[in-house]
Amino acid sequence: MKDKKFISYLFEVAWILPSVAIPVSMMVAILVTAFAVGVRVPTSAGRVSISAVVAGTDSTFSQTGLREIAPGRYEAIMLAQTFMFVPNTIEIPAGSKVTFVLTSKDVIHGFKIEGVPVNVMVIPGQVSRVTATFDKPGEYLIVCHEYCGAGHHVMFGKVIVN
Amino acid sequence: MASIAARARPLAISADLSVERKLAGINIFIALAALAVGGLMGVLQILRYNGLDLYTPAKPLLPGGYYQGLTVHGVLNVLVFTTFYIIGFLTYIFAKALNRPLASSRLAWATLWVMVSGLLLAAIPLLTNNATVMFTFYPPLKADSLFYIGLTMVVAGTWLLLVNMILTRNAWLADNPGQRTPLPAFMAIVTMLMWTIATIGVASEMIFLVIPWSLGLVGGTDPVLARTLFWFTGHPIVYFWLLPAYISWYTLVPAQAGGKLFSDPMARVSFILFLILSIPIGMHHQVTDPGISEMWKLVHAVFTFGVFFPSLLTFFNVVASLEYAGRRNGGEGWLAWIFNLPWGKPEISAQLVAMMLFAFGGISGLVNASYNVNLVVHNTSWISGHFHLTVGTAVALSFMGITYWLVPHLTGRALWSRSLGVAQAWLWFVGMGLFSHFMHELGLRGMPRRSDIGGAPYVQDEWRFFLFFAMIGGLIMFVSAIFYYLNMIMTLTRGKKLAEVPDITFARALSGPEDAPKVLDRLLVWVAVAAVLILINYLPTIIDIISTATFDIPGRRVW
Repeated sequence: MKDKKFISYLFEVAWILPSVAIPVSMMVAILVTAFAVGVRVPTSAGRVSISAVVAGTDSTFSQTGLREIAPGRYEAIMLAQTFMFVPNTIEIPAGSKVTFVLTSKDVIHGFKIEGVPVNVMVIPGQVSRVTATFDKPGEYLIVCHEYCGAGHHVMFGKVIVN
Repeated sequence: MASIAARARPLAISADLSVERKLAGINIFIALAALAVGGLMGVLQILRYNGLDLYTPAKPLLPGGYYQGLTVHGVLNVLVFTTFYIIGFLTYIFAKALNRPLASSRLAWATLWVMVSGLLLAAIPLLTNNATVMFTFYPPLKADSLFYIGLTMVVAGTWLLLVNMILTRNAWLADNPGQRTPLPAFMAIVTMLMWTIATIGVASEMIFLVIPWSLGLVGGTDPVLARTLFWFTGHPIVYFWLLPAYISWYTLVPAQAGGKLFSDPMARVSFILFLILSIPIGMHHQVTDPGISEMWKLVHAVFTFGVFFPSLLTFFNVVASLEYAGRRNGGEGWLAWIFNLPWGKPEISAQLVAMMLFAFGGISGLVNASYNVNLVVHNTSWISGHFHLTVGTAVALSFMGITYWLVPHLTGRALWSRSLGVAQAWLWFVGMGLFSHFMHELGLRGMPRRSDIGGAPYVQDEWRFFLFFAMIGGLIMFVSAIFYYLNMIMTLTRGKKLAEVPDITFARALSGPEDAPKVLDRLLVWVAVAAVLILINYLPTIIDIISTATFDIPGRRVW
């Protein structure tokens, strides 16, 4: 009986050790990609007054659009609203690094660009700030991926890389 | 002498559980009715994704079309079906394991009435297209206030069951000094404890933010605070759904399969770990939110990996128990014993195939929780694929499997067709396997979740192939659901009256509770540990949000 118990303890240990090792090693892999490779997630980028955004008096969001802040380095100021992005097309040369700065005029929207690690919620009263580099020419689809009302499925945009 | 005593024992001390039986029956009936309507909405969705629009003919019943249908699908399936089923199942299993009625039958009935009243209140705006806000109801989407008040009542009703369980367990402990709480009762009360702590989040969201705002008492709200409080509950709700299925897998399935539970102490440890770790990880649902620091998102991701550990313990313990059963039934070899499990029993087949798909759901869940990897999948149909394996299969199919023995047990009528039950389980396995596989594929190719894809201008050509097979999977599930409801209705109306109603047999353990440290049963200690972890992981973020919030975001009706 004692031996049987010992064997079942061995089985338990043989399972428990990998059960710890697997999640720990996955976590290490994530930390390496985040801090050594630099694939980071959105973080706090400050608040903005929704009434100023709606009235068009906010200093950042009253002038939407793309501007070059350094050679090959762009900033795109965008608004999300039911049911469109303003502007809804961004055109840049290949190799550009673009920082998207967004907020919402009404409800929560989503901002995901296919093919680059850009995926952020756009929340009224909050500034969303994400950066991506577009190396390959082509069209990158932007979709709103948070339910925002009856026209949610027609809310999309494009990044055109020449 | 010994054999006479053993035979006489159940008769002598079998408690009168008629109230608990009725409550289980009523709750599970409501749950299954909700699942029928909610599931039907899913069929409309997958057809619409492939260009077949049934929303136009359904307009008189469903004026809000796709998005109202999707809200009904989510609210009924993951809030109503799950909650009512769990309350019914745990009420009965808890009392049965202690062989003692709940301390207060009036409180037990009050639990039901508060929940039912809440459900009816919430149903009014939901069915009249005045709450088309999805089951996550993120402000500033603004539904009719009855929707929020009703859902809050459903949650508050569930707390009454915990109160009743605590009173009952205390009385049981007084009558049985020094005894260990039987495993099914221990698991039931730990589940309700975890759930009650977890619902502090959504209850605060409702009471302090959303309800006053929806009644017009305050002009604005703060969406990030609302989301953070929502996900405080929104992740642990997953364990609220899963743990009752685990109770069945740990304490009932081994006996039904002809074996024993491998380890009672390991089972207790895993439930205590779920109590501690389920809640302080909710922000991994908010990885892409602005307004929350990257650092805390990472901390929550790390803790989410921690909760993977009790899941693996469960996997090991349950599979070891099944292996024991398979070998007792004459099975041999490394894996061939699997064929010696009683696959002809629908309750076994349903739960075994649910476990198989759940393994994949667990893996895709790890992807979701993996901090920056989440950027690839967040809010894509990958997520829908994932939770159709977890709540849609591990939970829903296990719950269906449980009814294959529980309904005969409660009604005294034999299951109408056992082979139809087995076929139903396998059809669900195949249908859900296809559906969720292709939803995952579509998510990786950028298809957003919750979008009326049938009307979207951005549908990519490569999606169409996957959408077609997702529809095939959905239709197979629809057939499975028809088999299930046919079987249930026929059992209730035509099932053969059983001469002797089979009793519930809880699995005995190979390694019993006497091997488990006593401290595991001291629940207050573990509640305190959970509270400390929750405060560490949530307080800084919540203070930061509240101190910068302006509470000026107006509500919108955008549907």
